[in-house]
Amino acid sequence: MARTPDGPPPPPTVQKLRLRYTKRGPLRFASHRDLARALERALRRAQVPMAFSAGFSPHPKISYMGAAPTGAASEAEYFEIGLSARCDPEQVRRALDASLPPGIDVLECVEAVEGSGSLADRLDATRWRIDLPGVDTGDLDAAVQELLSRDVVTVAKRTKNGLRDIDARAAVVGAEVTEEAGCAILTVVVRQLTPTVRPDDVMAALAVVADLRPPLPPRAVREAQGRLDDSGDVADPLGPDRAVRSSPQEESTPV
Amino acid sequence: MTVESLYPRLEPLLAQVQKPIQYVGGELNAQVKPWESVAVHWALMYPDAYEVGVPNQGLMILYEVLNERPDALAERTYAVWPDLAGLMREAGVGQFTVDAHRPVRDFDLLGVSFATELGYTNLLEALDLAGVPLHAVDRDESHPVVVAGGHAAFNPEPVSDFVDCAVLGDGEQVVGDITDVVAAWKEQGRPGGRVELLARLSRVEGVYVPRFYAVTYGADGTIAEVLRTRDDVPPRISKRTVMDLDEWPYPKQPLVPLAESVHERMSVEIFRGCTRGCRFCQAGMITRPVRERTITGIGSMVDAGLKATGYEEVGLLSLSSADHSEIGQLAKELADRYEGTNTGLSLPSTRVDAFNVTLANELSRNGRRSGLTFAPEGGSERIRRVINKTVSKEDLVRTVTTAYANGWRQVKLYFMCGLPTETDEDVLEIAELAVEVIRAGREASGSKDIRCTVSIGGFVPKPHTPFQWAAQASAETIDHRLRVLRDAINADRRIGRSIGLRYHDGKPGVIEGLLSRGDRRVGRVIERVWRDGGHFDGWSEHFSYDRWMTAATEELAPFGVDLDWYTTRERTEHEVLPWDHLDSGLDKEWLWDDWQDAITEDEVGDCRWTGCYDCGVCPTMGTEIQIGPTGRSLIPLAVVGARPQVDVHADAAVADPVHTH
Repeated sequence: MARTPDGPPPPPTVQKLRLRYTKRGPLRFASHRDLARALERALRRAQVPMAFSAGFSPHPKISYMGAAPTGAASEAEYFEIGLSARCDPEQVRRALDASLPPGIDVLECVEAVEGSGSLADRLDATRWRIDLPGVDTGDLDAAVQELLSRDVVTVAKRTKNGLRDIDARAAVVGAEVTEEAGCAILTVVVRQLTPTVRPDDVMAALAVVADLRPPLPPRAVREAQGRLDDSGDVADPLGPDRAVRSSPQEESTPV
Repeated sequence: MTVESLYPRLEPLLAQVQKPIQYVGGELNAQVKPWESVAVHWALMYPDAYEVGVPNQGLMILYEVLNERPDALAERTYAVWPDLAGLMREAGVGQFTVDAHRPVRDFDLLGVSFATELGYTNLLEALDLAGVPLHAVDRDESHPVVVAGGHAAFNPEPVSDFVDCAVLGDGEQVVGDITDVVAAWKEQGRPGGRVELLARLSRVEGVYVPRFYAVTYGADGTIAEVLRTRDDVPPRISKRTVMDLDEWPYPKQPLVPLAESVHERMSVEIFRGCTRGCRFCQAGMITRPVRERTITGIGSMVDAGLKATGYEEVGLLSLSSADHSEIGQLAKELADRYEGTNTGLSLPSTRVDAFNVTLANELSRNGRRSGLTFAPEGGSERIRRVINKTVSKEDLVRTVTTAYANGWRQVKLYFMCGLPTETDEDVLEIAELAVEVIRAGREASGSKDIRCTVSIGGFVPKPHTPFQWAAQASAETIDHRLRVLRDAINADRRIGRSIGLRYHDGKPGVIEGLLSRGDRRVGRVIERVWRDGGHFDGWSEHFSYDRWMTAATEELAPFGVDLDWYTTRERTEHEVLPWDHLDSGLDKEWLWDDWQDAITEDEVGDCRWTGCYDCGVCPTMGTEIQIGPTGRSLIPLAVVGARPQVDVHADAAVADPVHTH
């Protein structure tokens, strides 16, 4: 006697919104699962009219993509939500931002333009800024040049199934060394391949090629995420949606 | 005095540890008050991992009650995992609060809530990490006053060397009284130093200061007497009881962590206390009388809490939630109110009663019916009479079958093993029961896709219960009975494959037994275990039976007692028990009579319905039963966000029972 839910199926998705948010300060230590929980609860508190999947355990329609690793800060995390009633994107942004803890700040919210393709497809590279306190800028620069001169740099990456050797070089599109307030800074653009090359893999590669070992834990910030453009930088992934502005027809705004 | 945040020094360490989010705070509804703005600073500790401690209702209530006072602040601290603890010691970073990362060392009070005795070694680890002397007598005015609370505080003797005071009973009001005493003492320039402060605290009702009581022992190892060392402290310490729970609707703003915790839901305590009289249950004995929140009080707490948290599930918490006088109406009206909002409602801890299936059905109206949990506790009708949790085998099978017939796929049954007077036969009846449940369930549901999980734990006799005199079963006995039970369940694979068996070996229960009914001499064992590297004793990967055994053997030998003396030894009627001077309100003679009734398998009723049987609590404590029905009902709320679809998600009653076994 299998039970099925009584009543009509849940209302369909009538609008898709794409949002950019941050992971700042101490909240850089949140994992992608921590963030997902926080976002879902904040959506409930902000009373955003989410669309739900059907069945006995309905789930809100949310897609997360390309989460920054635990411990890395981010200015450019993205997710997409499906709504059961049309809303003004800016009002959703404001309501959601207000109900999230400081550090998770919702910076942008745009309506997904139909036929413009999936957001995940537009996220194929990241620009990381890695602050390396205690590292000499000259040493860093030399190490980076050495890394860029190689074709393959194998590093051991910790995965669910133990340590695994990966090539950390192929994903690196470009790297630049600067200094700010006496602190060496590495800006690196990394293509999102599988397995993902993360800032700690880049640091491991620098250790392999030049024995660069920072005395203090590096601090990584994802500055931008998007499609690689011709100049080797990353393009705004919400650009294609922003280009076509559609005004909401019937507004049902979150309280 | 200003107190600096340890965060800048902690942050580099966090990059190197597991689950760093648990150390950064920033939970929704957390509070940080300026240090100088208040007179009294409380650090509140749950002595286990963050994921276990952060949903704890007791600590959440006190956190909010204290922070509401203009003259006090409260911050939280949890046990630090060994990976971070090692780095903190290397870097010289002390035990910190997660709210403002202030050093625990700098607070006026450190309140520690002991839900279980297995947290004792974590207290020692936290004190050491904080830079607070382990022994209360070595502390001076600059150190926090270490206050133990929670159910285990009803026998704090094993940790009496390490705590400055223990608080008995409900905490809501007594934390305010303690705050007043500390504020006044500081305001007056700390007259008489720490000893005077503790003496003043000992005159607060419910506060026990162990150092003002001397314990002497007889030649046979039992306690000869417990005497006051000052005339100005009470001879007996009485527990605190909060009356009228509607006046204390806490937590109003439940904490919502970013990190995953063991309870991913909001909880509303629908009543406190229980008079069912289950003889093993310390929680039911020490929290009397029953005090219900009214249906309307519960309704507004659920409403406010959901708005403040964004949780998608609410647990209606108590020791036996189906016993609330308005539970049927409450379940229906809450289900009505939240229909179409994807809000789940659940009842933890249900007695074996067909009514509970009805309730669970109501709460899960159109949601998933995955698991339902019942707690018969005893395997045979005979042993259920001994523990005073009477339900016939027929009723049990019928109730569980009803659940399967109503679409519940999985039923979990909780049992205990090693109960007084128990034999192998009593435990083997669990297997018979499970088999019968599956047979009947397959028939009633017309499906083979049903499961019964038998979850079984070793019984640990607890202070302030009729079983406080009982001999605890040895680890060998427990392990033997679990083995024969497993074999019996596996005897018929066609049925056995639908039955799961979850159990723990008997060893941790023996150590819990030592700590539960221990006296002051057991403190040495705890300290030795901690010095040998023991902590997180509630976690099987950290618990070491051998370490405890070695420590117990060597540290107790000079006193002429041993582990067995504390655990498997039956006590006699007039033995002075270590907690006799701590008053839970229960009359010791009544407890003894109830113990004798247990042996002769005589049952006792519930005073809510069968009249008073003189357990002693109400007259001793000046309290009374507070139950409804009130005749009121929940007005339908305009739940914003309600949508026309009917898809209430409920996963009713899958939580563990809240009994302390």
